[in-house]
Amino acid sequence: MSTNRVRVVVTGLGATTPLGGDVASSWSALLAGRSGVRNLTADWVDLVPVRFAAEAAVDPSEVLPRPEARRLDRAEQFALIAARQAWIDAGTPKVDSERLGVVVGSGIGGITTVLSAYDTFKEKGWSRLSPFTVPMLMPNGAAGWIGLEFGATAGVHATVSACATGAESIGYGIEMIRSGRADVVVAGGTEAAIHPLNVGSFAAMRAMSTRNDEPQRASRPFDKNRDGFVLGEGSGIVVLESEEHAKARGARIYAVAAGVGYSADAHHIAQPEPTGAGIMLAMRRALANSGLAPEDVHHINAHATSTPAGDVVEASAVQQVIGTHPLITATKSMTGHLLGGAGGIESVFTILSLGERIVPATVNIDDLDDGVEVDIVRDEPRKLPQGQIAAINNSFGFGGHNVAVAFTTA
Amino acid sequence: MALTEQDVLAGLGKIVNEITGIPASEVTPEKSFVDDLDIDSLSMVEIAVAAQDEFGVEIPDDQLKHLKTVKDVIGFIQN
Repeated sequence: MSTNRVRVVVTGLGATTPLGGDVASSWSALLAGRSGVRNLTADWVDLVPVRFAAEAAVDPSEVLPRPEARRLDRAEQFALIAARQAWIDAGTPKVDSERLGVVVGSGIGGITTVLSAYDTFKEKGWSRLSPFTVPMLMPNGAAGWIGLEFGATAGVHATVSACATGAESIGYGIEMIRSGRADVVVAGGTEAAIHPLNVGSFAAMRAMSTRNDEPQRASRPFDKNRDGFVLGEGSGIVVLESEEHAKARGARIYAVAAGVGYSADAHHIAQPEPTGAGIMLAMRRALANSGLAPEDVHHINAHATSTPAGDVVEASAVQQVIGTHPLITATKSMTGHLLGGAGGIESVFTILSLGERIVPATVNIDDLDDGVEVDIVRDEPRKLPQGQIAAINNSFGFGGHNVAVAFTTA
Repeated sequence: MALTEQDVLAGLGKIVNEITGIPASEVTPEKSFVDDLDIDSLSMVEIAVAAQDEFGVEIPDDQLKHLKTVKDVIGFIQN
């Protein structure tokens, strides 16, 4: 472990999810085992084979003033809401703007804007396009708006790695502080992709659950009868800060953002590599990067999306690299899969699990799949031990991206 | 029927409020869109398109850049 490196801590959390419009409501719903999955009521639902999703519990247009909402894509709206919450939660830090950065990405970007703008273009012509169409559709738009909001001039970045985006953003944020480029970084992920084109396209990959008669039972990571993921939407954002900066201003510290590990599968554009080699490499690197030993890790918020191909490979990779002792949960069983937002909200949940020493249960596991030999938290939340412990948030994405972010207790 | 200055001002105030959130009461004839109301060029394009719909008067881009104040826009629409 390199001991002379800048330590990075987490001082603020923000989220708007299918379970609640903020961190507290989302977290209490998770602990209560409530599902955020609902039947879709949109008029397009009969055009696609999936008639449910995990829509945001609070519509962002109810939170933002209308003039602001109309110039932001829905994914940008979620991110700005979560970032403002995180910033307030961090105590609105006083920081030199040249020492403040943003890293917030999205898996798909402003896709609903692209599609509705193209309808406008075809029906009414170019002159009726909103002059904000480009900043609404660009995948770095959320990062840009957050940078404007807080006056961040150290650098505003947007990582794009499909469903690993949120975790990769947090990893990049940790590195930004460690490398000396910033003292404070607002980092996370966002997504708003519940649209028939996306649902149809994911369904064309046979990646989505079609359990239309039991939507709240559809997201069932590690269960033998899982049949695909459930699409969710929302954003999770954290405020990362050098320990020195946080302590100097007397900030509350949730956890230490101890390190990150990345790898790529180089196997298939969308399918998991069956031995889990890439996942194991990312986790080993996260341990090395954090100066942690496998036995330090007591909790893992798994990527586990409820697809037949992925979950068991991840469980096996965890078993090989970390062991069978950590308490593992798959919060996607309740939130659905937020794609680029997943790593954001799941890092928030991982940090809360460490802080409150409790791990929410994975719901919908009726029959644990063969080959899952790790300790999955089921039925009821379980307590984490006292003392200095670590946790990992895993996130993987189409394209073969693997990211593991490690946190330790404050 | 010719639009009165009051009609246009009221309509413009509504449009500016809808697009920028600035209270319609602050949209008074002598105000500059950029300097007084802090409206950026992208929002000005939105306002111009909305004003075209509201008043049925096309505002070409080469004219729009000369319309600095609320009074300028009112005058353009009335003429």
